[in-house]
Amino acid sequence: MTTTTKVKVRVPTPLSSATGGERQIEVTGSTVREVLQAVGEIHPEFLDRILVDGGELREFLNIFVNGSDVRFEEKLDTRVQDGDEISIVPSIAGGAIP
Amino acid sequence: MSDETSTAPPKHLETLHCRICGTEVAAGPVHVCEMCFGPLEVHYPLEALRGRLTWEVIRGRPTDLWRYRELLPLEGGPTLARGVGWTPLLPAPRLGAELGIDDLWVKADLSNHPTQSFKDRVVAVALNRAREFGLEDVGCASTGNLANAVAAQAAAGGFRAWIFIPKDLEPEKIIATAVHGVRVVRVNGVYDDVNRLCAEVADRFPWGIVNVNLRAYYSEGSKTVAFEMAEQLDGAVPANIVVPMAGGSLITKIGKGFRELGALGLVDPGRQPRLFGAQASGCAPIIGALERGEKRVEPVRPDTIARSLAIGNPADGPFALQAIRESGGWGAGVSDDEIREGIRLLATLEGIFTETAGGVTVAAAARLAAEGRFKDSEGATVLCITGNGLKTPEVARSTYELGEVIEPRLQEVERLAEAGLGLGA
Repeated sequence: MTTTTKVKVRVPTPLSSATGGERQIEVTGSTVREVLQAVGEIHPEFLDRILVDGGELREFLNIFVNGSDVRFEEKLDTRVQDGDEISIVPSIAGGAIP
Repeated sequence: MSDETSTAPPKHLETLHCRICGTEVAAGPVHVCEMCFGPLEVHYPLEALRGRLTWEVIRGRPTDLWRYRELLPLEGGPTLARGVGWTPLLPAPRLGAELGIDDLWVKADLSNHPTQSFKDRVVAVALNRAREFGLEDVGCASTGNLANAVAAQAAAGGFRAWIFIPKDLEPEKIIATAVHGVRVVRVNGVYDDVNRLCAEVADRFPWGIVNVNLRAYYSEGSKTVAFEMAEQLDGAVPANIVVPMAGGSLITKIGKGFRELGALGLVDPGRQPRLFGAQASGCAPIIGALERGEKRVEPVRPDTIARSLAIGNPADGPFALQAIRESGGWGAGVSDDEIREGIRLLATLEGIFTETAGGVTVAAAARLAAEGRFKDSEGATVLCITGNGLKTPEVARSTYELGEVIEPRLQEVERLAEAGLGLGA
């Protein structure tokens, strides 16, 4: 079954070097993971930058679907619907231990 | 600041270092590494400062946090925010006797200038750095205390300020923010929604959001709590420090502060304080990970009266965990009833009226003492009381009656005196 779910992905500035400077990308997919993979087909460097060994999301990145943190749902397997917006937002951490 | 004559920007402030992968990036209002999205931090030339920055030099300076300016990330001297920091470190013998903690002290950041919380420290550093970067707009995501601090210091510094807060924040904190003539934006969500929004705002507008894209500088201000404790204890390192945790930055930076003092030879480098984290059990993501033995901090949805600590997705959670574990400390999550009791104990035994976060700290100290966590240590135990109870009076309002009204006649007071204080003591 093919999907026609169109989802907009917002790319933060530190990641935009992996998307040729594009900050909003519209792709199709029925889960967050599928959507990210679809972006990765357009911009091959994208997945390497956000996933650890192609699997889970990097520790210091968070993903929100329409403002909701996917960690409260099914993480990368969270389902998305037509018109949803996915924001990729780096964690805000200070760090300190030399 | 006459004992420093050089005007060239210090070289160590030209770059920030990724805490995770070590990548160096040019200093600016940026907060994450482009390679791995790890947090960025400032490194200091501690070897070069060793022997030059002495307690004698520091003691000759004005009593505010700028007396430690070589360990703060400013290129020049501070141009804003004088008089911030240098809060009292007070012995707390009556509370210590109640809780069974020897040599107990309170670091009273609830008397900070200008807005009575430890956030005055971090904002002082962030806004001075914002001025050095030429930023005209500043802002923050806040649970209240930070909003007060940014609003007051932005007003004094002539910045335009954007203060993003959860819509249900206490009216007292909103009024104490709005009075400074800043733009208060109430967001329909909890703090974590506000924080996420501000991360996107900082990416979209050329603004300095103090706890987002100025965070590498902002958070350094927290170290001054450690510097002051050491100086106020005549160079001794406390055995135990109990610290409230929201985003987890303060406890992390107190640890960093003592390590820097050790590297400079200002304290015994072989002795570090044990760090104990305090959270409300209704929002205890860091304590949860600590107790489960995990490295990652899973987010929670906050439900606690301690709204200034109600951060379900703590930015520095993993670093706070690391700081606690490496120091040999521990932590406690306490209930809303324990928080109210903590506020009562500090107020009735030491005369200090703290907000809910202070109640969390006192309650956590009580729990940790009962568990015997402070037993095998020699030296001071310090409670970080980070905010003022006058900001959250409604928490106490339900606990205390306003008292009966009498006629202005001596017989009325004689009647009351015969009945005693009536406190049930």
